[in-house]
Formats: sequence, structure tokens, C-alpha cells
Amino acid sequence: MSATGISAQPGPPLWLLAELTYRCPLHCAFCYNPVDFATSGPELSTDDWLRVLREARAAGSVQCGFSGGEPMLRDDLEVLVAEAHRLGFYTNLLTSGVGLTPERAAALKAAGLDHIQLSFQDSTRELNDFLSHTRTFDLKQRVATLIKENGWPMVMNCVIHRLNIDYIDRIIEMAVELGAEYLELANSQYYSWALLNRDQLLPTRAQIERAERVTNEYREKYGDRIRIFFVVPDYHEKRPKKCMNGWGNVFLTVTPDGTALPCHTAKMLPGLAFPNVRDLGVREIWYESEGFNRYRGDGWMKETCRSCPDKEKDLGGCRCQAYMLAGDPAEADPVCDRSPAHHVVLDALARAEAGKGREVPLVFRDPAASRRLAG
Amino acid sequence: MSTPVAMDACPRVSRRFRLQWEEAQQAWVLLYPEGMVKLNQSAGEIMRRCDGSRTVAAIVAELEQAFGASGLADDVAKFLDLARGQQWIEG
Repeated sequence: MSATGISAQPGPPLWLLAELTYRCPLHCAFCYNPVDFATSGPELSTDDWLRVLREARAAGSVQCGFSGGEPMLRDDLEVLVAEAHRLGFYTNLLTSGVGLTPERAAALKAAGLDHIQLSFQDSTRELNDFLSHTRTFDLKQRVATLIKENGWPMVMNCVIHRLNIDYIDRIIEMAVELGAEYLELANSQYYSWALLNRDQLLPTRAQIERAERVTNEYREKYGDRIRIFFVVPDYHEKRPKKCMNGWGNVFLTVTPDGTALPCHTAKMLPGLAFPNVRDLGVREIWYESEGFNRYRGDGWMKETCRSCPDKEKDLGGCRCQAYMLAGDPAEADPVCDRSPAHHVVLDALARAEAGKGREVPLVFRDPAASRRLAG
Repeated sequence: MSTPVAMDACPRVSRRFRLQWEEAQQAWVLLYPEGMVKLNQSAGEIMRRCDGSRTVAAIVAELEQAFGASGLADDVAKFLDLARGQQWIEG
């Protein structure tokens, strides 16, 4: 991006997200892994990942996130972190904390891990447990202690949705009690499993407003002791987010089976072949592949976006959301109130206000449900 | 407003950040959990000297020598105030 227009020429893939596995001990109803994850091909080997790390670093990647599923389930995590560190990456581990023993924490520290983002991943099935400070709290307490003992910054993340948003005060207090320096209250966005469960998870406007007010009160109360980020769900906005800071602009995701994507969910888009790191080098993937070039610049935009004075601000929003809600990935993101399909978002919000989610059960992320839904 | 950086202070990059040269960006960057600040050339030249052993006065003298300039003290002090406000440096 420049001040004078939207460039189709990207800089380096500064952010590499290594999704090491779709395996996960949790069953979160808002998981952003694809609904058909259980039909995904075999995971990349250790050597494949080591090669990806080297190629990405050579292409200019500098932030590396190890994610999943639950990345602690890969027993080569320490090897991968060590190589990423040696290459000069800033290394981030995104984990629920399950499987993070004192031994593995020490090994990760020795490997040069820079940061752990610990998720309060209430899987919603265990919401009561989560809110009552019992088993979840014990686990997070143990992991938080390990994080502090190893001198890592303490960053906590909690996905917020209709079923936990009214307890945001307890969530903040839990983070403070655990000694977090940063807390991200990330409202669920509606992709993958969360889209399936949207009626049950999308909060009402009153819930969002109250949660923001409570968050602001805690910011005043605790000041510098904890920095709290509150991410509003984009359905409640009038303009779309600048998704991934631009398609193929800074962000490169590699999925467990080696598919390279411009974001976590882009694989859903029709008529786009995304390359696999087993077949193609990172540099060619980033600069030359059709999948990464398709929505760069503004040549792909339809009239709604092309003539819009805000197109440089948000680049038309999210391609996946345009596909999911308007049926066309080149359309304006329907979150935008200028989108011809904006009524779809208004309908979803109206269903949230009416409490439609009470009528159907949540679908939990697990391999059996995934195979059923993929079938 | 906090007090201005003293000329005999020895600032160092805060433990919350990592400073490194990025060849692909031809820039010094500050890395932190899930984020990055790309520094412009003069900011990079100042920050790379903030190692906890040099005084601000020594940093100014080095920069004036390296770039054949004089009277940089105000600019350096101004930047270091900003850097301290952002918690990029301590001490």
C-alpha cells in the first residue's frame, strides 16, 4: 500500500503462521480450523517444516507463530523452535497450555522461544467449569507460573462470544490474578465452526456495549498493570476490517498438510488452487502463485468497492466473508453497509437480538463431527 | 510528561523488545510478541547504540562522527524521550 494507490506488488511475507497440526484436545465451538479438518492430508514432516522455515526466513519472514490445533501435540516442536530461533525469527507459540509441562517449557526456553500466547480456550462445552475457576483455572495457573518462571512475557487470549461475554469481568479478573501483562479479548469472528454456531455465539448489541464498558472500567482500575485489547466482532461494525492487512501482503499461513494460504480460512474459496510447500518454494508461492496474486491490488474489485472512497482503508474487507455471505469472493464484504448483501449480516444480528440460538444445539469441533460435515 | 532523558543516562533496549537488522527490509526492527516496529534510518542508528554501556552524550558524539554532522543532541534526546514513552528503551 502507498498513499497514492493500492499496490499489487507485495513486500516480504513478514508473518509466517505454521499451523503444525489440526489435532487438538479441545472441542471449541468457535474454532477457526476448517470444518472438514479431519479429512486433511498427512501432516508435514519435521524436515518439511525445517525447509519451510529456512525458505520463509530467506524470503524475509521475521515473525513466526507456531499454532494448530494444539501445537504441543507435535513432539518436534522444540526442534522447529530451535531452528526458527537460529534463523533469526521472533518465535511465538499459540497454545491452550495443555501438554506444556515444566520439562517441555524448559526445552522450549533452551530452544530460544520468545513468547507464549496462552489461550483461555473455554471450549464452551466446559463453560461452567471455565467460569467457576476450577480445572481450567488450575491448568492456566500452572502454565502461567511456568511462563513467568521462564521469563516470557505473559500474554493471554480469550475468545469472546454470546455465552461468555456477560462474564467478561470474571475473565479479566482471572487474567489479572494469573499475572498477565497483556489480555486480548477477541470477539469470535464467524468463520468455520463459529459460522456453523453463529446463532448461538453472536452477541446482542447490548451485550457488546456492556462488555466494552466493563473493559474500560477495568482499564481504569488496573492502569499499566495489564494492557487489555478488546476486538469488536465485525458484524457489529459498519465498515469491514482490512482483512490480514491485505491479501498476500504480510501474512503467510502454512496448514498442517503443507497448503500455503494468505489467511487461515482461504482454502474455502472456490476456483483457487493454493500451492503446497512440498511442491513449490516459499518465494515462488508468495510472489508467483495464482492463489496469492488473485486478490492483490484492486483490479479484482467489483463496482461497489472499485468506486468507493474508502477502498484503500479496508481493501473491500474479507474475501472469505464475501464468499460465505454473498456467494462471491470478489464482492464487497457484506459487513459493509454499502454491500448489496449487507442484509445477510443484518439478518444475523436480528436473529441474535431475538435469541434464535436457543433453538438449536451447539456443534462442537471434533473429528467425528468434522467427517460428518465434510461428507 | 516524564522528565527528559539525561545526557549521562545509559539507555538500553527494553527486555520487552528485540532489536535486529532485517536484510529483506533494509532496516532495523523492534520485535515483540506478534508484532514489529520498523525503524527509519536515524532511529535505527540511535537504537543500535542503546546497549546500556554508552551514555547519551557518547551516542550523540558517535553519531556526529559517523555522519559528519554536529548539533544532533536535541534530535537524539527527542527520539529517546519518544522511545522511552513507547517502552522501547529503559535506563
